[in-house]
Amino acid sequence: MKERIKGRSKVISRKIVLKFPHPLVDQPIICNLVKQYNLDFNILKAHVTPNEEGLLVLELKGEDKSFKEGMFFLENAGVLIQPLSKDINRNEIRCTHCGACIAVCSSGALAVDRSTMMVTFENEKCIACELCIKACPPRAMEVNF
Amino acid sequence: MAKTIKEINEKIQKGQAVVVTAEEIIDIVEEEGSKKAAQKVDVVTTGTFGPMCSSGVYLNLGHSKPRIKLGGGRTTLNDLPAHTGLAAVDLYIGATTLPDDDPRNKTYPGDFTYGGGHLVEDLVAGKDVKLVASAYGTDCYPRKHLETWININDLNEAVLFNPRNAYQNYNCAVNLSDKILYTYMGVLKPRLGNANYCSAGQLSPLLNDPLYKTIGLGTRIFLGGGIGYVVWHGTQHNPGVKRGENGVPCAPSGTLAILGDLKLMNQKYLVGASFQGYGTTLIVGIGIPIPILNEEICRFTAVKDKDLYAPIVDYSNAYPAREPETLGGVSYAQLKTGKITVQGKEVSAVPLSSYVKAKEIAETLKDWIKESKFLLSEPVAGLPGADSGYGFRPLIERPIK
Repeated sequence: MKERIKGRSKVISRKIVLKFPHPLVDQPIICNLVKQYNLDFNILKAHVTPNEEGLLVLELKGEDKSFKEGMFFLENAGVLIQPLSKDINRNEIRCTHCGACIAVCSSGALAVDRSTMMVTFENEKCIACELCIKACPPRAMEVNF
Repeated sequence: MAKTIKEINEKIQKGQAVVVTAEEIIDIVEEEGSKKAAQKVDVVTTGTFGPMCSSGVYLNLGHSKPRIKLGGGRTTLNDLPAHTGLAAVDLYIGATTLPDDDPRNKTYPGDFTYGGGHLVEDLVAGKDVKLVASAYGTDCYPRKHLETWININDLNEAVLFNPRNAYQNYNCAVNLSDKILYTYMGVLKPRLGNANYCSAGQLSPLLNDPLYKTIGLGTRIFLGGGIGYVVWHGTQHNPGVKRGENGVPCAPSGTLAILGDLKLMNQKYLVGASFQGYGTTLIVGIGIPIPILNEEICRFTAVKDKDLYAPIVDYSNAYPAREPETLGGVSYAQLKTGKITVQGKEVSAVPLSSYVKAKEIAETLKDWIKESKFLLSEPVAGLPGADSGYGFRPLIERPIK
């Protein structure tokens, strides 16, 4: 989560996972969210299963107050909201700290601490692209949606 | 004054041996010189922890009642076909074995979720393994079918026997092409997207004994968290490659064949692995003690990452086509910074061998020796050396007409 002060109001940026139950899939919810609450968005991942549900991973940015109102709007519409950082986990027992995952991690969430050569994982930087899941030889990276 | 392995073992038994890791010896030699260091230090411990495909286990199951001869028949362990070309209830299964119905690379790049390496890990972890066998039946071995759970604790023998491990130096893999590559060296992004390397560098066993002065047949080692032995030079042992002034090979060179009791090993140091688009393998933890018999051996163990060089090899063409050219060499010190320069471009360097685990292994072996739990062995024969003329040959194909 990044925060900075812009004028008097605080601007915040968060990555969230939205789950749209089946009846909501064909409604312009994100369009309304962005228009009404003046939020910037960046789609990190989108997936719609016909007749089942929709899944959207977004980076949302805007003023603190608008952000909260936007979340309230989504909840009222019936969308399930989760913070993204919970979704990619590292199995600490399986991770051998080899470093193979670094090759595919473009966000820098996975990195090597050069003083110890330990592989570090920063949830906050993770964009849940999931490339590390299969690039990890012992399969220590896990995705939970 | 030179020491002998016997004298060092006496010190170990008395708990008086001075043991340091291959990382710690660097500073000692730097500060005190190799002569003093050789007098002071008795043993230097090394370590490595990386994927090693030429690994596997042989098992003896014990005889069923009535008896069955698996040899010449078909046996699977957790759906992986085992090699049955041995006696009645002996089996061998290697790290890259896949189930018959694995889609492999039909859906490219394949996932390779479960294979021989994972089976070895499951056995070591004490998990039950499903055995299904069919045999042709003989007068002395009448049974034709067998389905049972087996467990490592109930087997007569479970032995890790790896024909090629602990490579002395290895390639740094890059991709010059325009498409992504999925290799045994990991994912290689196009146009020099990353550079993957796989060696413990200054901690690596054979880089600390570059001329095989102490490591030979019968050397007792840390293997997979237990104890093993060097039993032969490894397959593709290639000691004659170009070496630096420090005697260290500038390309993949010596290898070791090793063996040890799987029942005494630990899943922390034997990990099944899946390489996307390539297959399965076993990540093996190995640590080798180097007796400091004289000043020369001490100087070898003090080698630093900055003096060890890996050849940079293009895996889009040179490697698969077996072309000899490289894109130059790069030091492990440079690789460990995470950035190297190849053809004028800054490239992210990615390790596949865990330095963290290699260090842990060297430390563990150090503790074992200090606590008199591990004695050094006297090798019964040396490995083919740099001037032996021994080297690996390519396959010369002869068409069958």
